[in-house]
This record gives sequence, structure tokens and C-alpha cells, in this order.
Amino acid sequence: MDNSGLPQNSLVSVQNLSFSRGNKKIFDDISLEFERGKITAIMGPSGTGKTTLLKLIGGQLFPEQGTIIVDGNNVHRLRRSELYNLRKRMGMLFQSGALLTDMNVFDNVAFPLREHTHLPESMIRTLVLMKLQAVGLRGARNLMPNELSGGMARRIALARAIALDPMMIMYDEPFTGQDPISKGALVHLIKSLNTILSLTSIVVSHDVQETAAIADYIYVISEGKIVGQGTPKEIEQSDSDWVQQFMTGAADGPAHFHYPAKDYVDDLLSTGKRY
Amino acid sequence: MIEFLQQLGQNTRTGFTKLGRGTFFLFQTISGILSVLPRPRLVLNQMYSIGVLSFLIITISGLFVGMVLGLQGYYILSDFGAEETLGVMVAASLVRELGPVVSALLFAGRAGSALTAEIGLMKATEQLSGMEMMAVDPIKRIISPRFLAGFLSMPLLAALFSAVGIIGGQMVGSGLLGVDEGAYWSQMQAKLDFQDDIINGVIKSIVFGFIASWIALFEGYDAIPTSEGVSRATTRTVVNSAFSILGLDFILTALMFGDN
Repeated sequence: MDNSGLPQNSLVSVQNLSFSRGNKKIFDDISLEFERGKITAIMGPSGTGKTTLLKLIGGQLFPEQGTIIVDGNNVHRLRRSELYNLRKRMGMLFQSGALLTDMNVFDNVAFPLREHTHLPESMIRTLVLMKLQAVGLRGARNLMPNELSGGMARRIALARAIALDPMMIMYDEPFTGQDPISKGALVHLIKSLNTILSLTSIVVSHDVQETAAIADYIYVISEGKIVGQGTPKEIEQSDSDWVQQFMTGAADGPAHFHYPAKDYVDDLLSTGKRY
Repeated sequence: MIEFLQQLGQNTRTGFTKLGRGTFFLFQTISGILSVLPRPRLVLNQMYSIGVLSFLIITISGLFVGMVLGLQGYYILSDFGAEETLGVMVAASLVRELGPVVSALLFAGRAGSALTAEIGLMKATEQLSGMEMMAVDPIKRIISPRFLAGFLSMPLLAALFSAVGIIGGQMVGSGLLGVDEGAYWSQMQAKLDFQDDIINGVIKSIVFGFIASWIALFEGYDAIPTSEGVSRATTRTVVNSAFSILGLDFILTALMFGDN
């Protein structure tokens, strides 16, 4: 992959990363750059290890090969306490929201503040209400996580992710399973938070339209390789069959509709015995 | 045959790997206790849900076990005309054996399974990994307080069990069957030794609390994060706790009461 056109001013830099799970190679020597202040999207079909990449950047998983540099720190060379200090400056929005189910919305957003700061309760209250206001859910502060809709839970999780004013946020499939209105709200939030808080955002998603609408730069990953990269416009006009199939959602193409199997007719005519 | 040996080897290896993970986990949990100490509220909250909420089952079971001991003891002792020593029999069986053992089994069923399910579901819903990404160590924040709470609650629950049981034995013995109430209590006072009986019973319940909490928390933490995985882990908690408690009880009894 030609990296010469990539920005130099990157906050997160993934270099020659390889990672496998069992015998399956999830990443095969890939390199990505995430520029400061920008929204960079990683797209690709489900099961290509997009979430794994976020866990690698967050230091929850170890790569087989390659390095990941976040704000000048080699994530996997840090000592535990240094890694935890770095994580305080990285927010992550999980697909499920990952809210703590035994406390209400307010306490969930206050959780990182209470764990990491010694602020007085009155100031925590002000901060929490500000973060909740930013995601439009100040009125929901007394609800429990099981009373929230999926979209609301994600917004609360977002409020929690920005509670410590991080330098970056990683979004894991923020649009999956959302109705159009929630999707719209999340698209708007990701974009506006990135600008207002001057964050760096990494969005992992397979929702083409929503992601293309807000991303400054897109990487398309498939089978452990980067198959396309560029601004949304460049990606749209890409001449790679693979990228075209993904962006237009064609059922068959370089990515096959059928899971690998033996010949259909042979399979039907065989006795069905297990060998 | 070869297949059987392969399977045996495989299972042994899996078992030892798990034991290794479990020991490492225990080590982390214990070292996490230091950072819990400045925040007693975390432990108190857990003592409420692990300990206080087990009060009912412990009290009722203790009462019935004591009452049954009173009945059975009376029938046997009265054959020898020794029904006056019913108090000794009831109290010694409870304080030495039944108190620590039965309350530990109930604890594993009531609190242990709940702990496993809770931790397993927190893992399945990414709450633990979310915490890690917020730079909060789930071992220190979630596991250690629960471990400490289980470990502290167990001796108290066992004491409650024995106390209620002794009252139950007295209710049946002197209330129903006419054993002299003064004899019931005074014989008990005279024959039971603080060091040999009560302290040894407390030591047992501390060991059981340690083991049951460790198994419950580790099974939850090590569970496969799916509904089936959590359900299996919960079952394993109850089964493994029961085995460990009963096995350890034999060893501890042999060590404590061996040379009397």
C-alpha cells in the first residue's frame, strides 16, 4: 500500500500490524494513520476485525507484529500505569454502550469522574449535567440503563466517554441497529463533538451513507488488508471492484454471497452421511 | 483407547491451565484489596447484597437444622438416659460442623451463583472491558470488593446459622420434649471449649468463605461471554464450591480434631 500521500500530523499511527485469532489472520501487515482533529472511518464487512482494531489501539489486545503509536506512546510497550494514564485520554464508545447496569444514567456519566478525580460532588454534578446536555439527555439522568432505548444508551455512553475530556474517541459501530432518527442524531453528535471539543475520532462502521457523510478519511478493510482508502469522494469513485461492491451493497462480487462449500449438485445428490 | 488417553490428557491440560488462571486471578484480587481499603463503601454495599440478603435463608435453614438435631439427638440420648446433654450435642454439631458447612453450601448456592451470573453478564455486556477502557481496573473496582465482602460475610453467616440452630434445638428439646432448660444451657457451657470448638468453627467458615468467593468470582470472570457460557459457569460455581467445601471440611476436621 502506498503511504506517501498520508498526513504527517497523526495522533494514532498503526504500523505494519498483524494479528490472528486461532488460524484466521485478522490483520495482515496493515498500516493506518489517524490525523489529529479529523474523523477517520474504518469500513468493511462484519467480521473483518474492526472492533479488534479498536481493542488493539486501546491496548486491550496485543498484536503479533507491528506497532501502534498513540500520541507518541507505543501502546504495547507502556507499563500498566502508563497505559491506564493514556486510556484516561482515550474515550471509547462500545457497540452495546456498555453502561453499568447497576447505576442510573447520572452515576454512569459521573463514574469516570469519581474514579479518577477528587472533585467535590457539586462540581461533578455540574460536569455531568453539561455532558448530558451535550448529548441532549439531561432530562434522562434518573433513568436506569434498562429503561433506555438503544440510541439513548449510546448517547449516554458517549456522554460518559467525553466526561474526562479525552483527546480522542473511538466509536465501535455507532449506527448499527438504530432507527433513522437515532442515526441522524448520532451522525450529528459525532460530527459536532469532534469540532466543538477538537477531538480526533475513529469511527468503525459498515453503514456506508452515515459514515461517508461525516468522515474526513476512510479506510476500507477486507480480509486483513486495506482494499481502499481516501476521502469519501475518492472512495466513491474508486475503481476497485471490492470497494464498489461494499459501497453499493451488491450481493455478489469479489466478496462472495456463498460461504465456501462443495459443489451444490454434488452436495444435494450425496447421501448426507457424515464422514 | 488412544482416543480416550488423548481426551484424558487434553482434559488434564485444560484443568491445569484453568487452575493457573485461577491462581493468577486470586493473586490479582488479593493485591487489589489494598486499593479497596480506602473505599469501605464499595465493600459495605457488597456485604449488603452478599451477606444481609442471605440472612433469611440462613436463619430459616439454621432454625430447621437445629430443630431436627434436637429431635434426633433426644431420641438417641434418651436411650442412655442422657437427654440432659442434648445441648452439648446440638451445639457441638452446629459449631464444629453443620454451621460452617451448611451455611457455606447455602452461601455458594445463594450468593456465589449470583456473583458468577453478575460478573459473567458484566463481561458479556462489555461492562468489564468498558471499565478497562475508562482506565478503571475491573479487578480492583468490581472483583476485590466482592471478594472481601464474601470473605467477611461468611463467618458472620455461619455464626448466625449456629446461633439460630442452637435456639431451634432448645425450642424442640425443652419446649416440646421436656429436657430441662437449665441443663440444656449449662451442659453446653461446661462442655464446649472456646478454642477447640468455636475458634476452629470460625476458622473453617473463613476458609470456606475464601474458597466459595474465589470460585464464584473466578467462574464469572472466566465465563464464556454468552448466555450459555454464563449459565454453565453458574452451575460450575455451585458444583465446584460444594466439592471444595466438603473436601476441605474433611481435611480441616482431620487437622483440628485429629488428636483428641
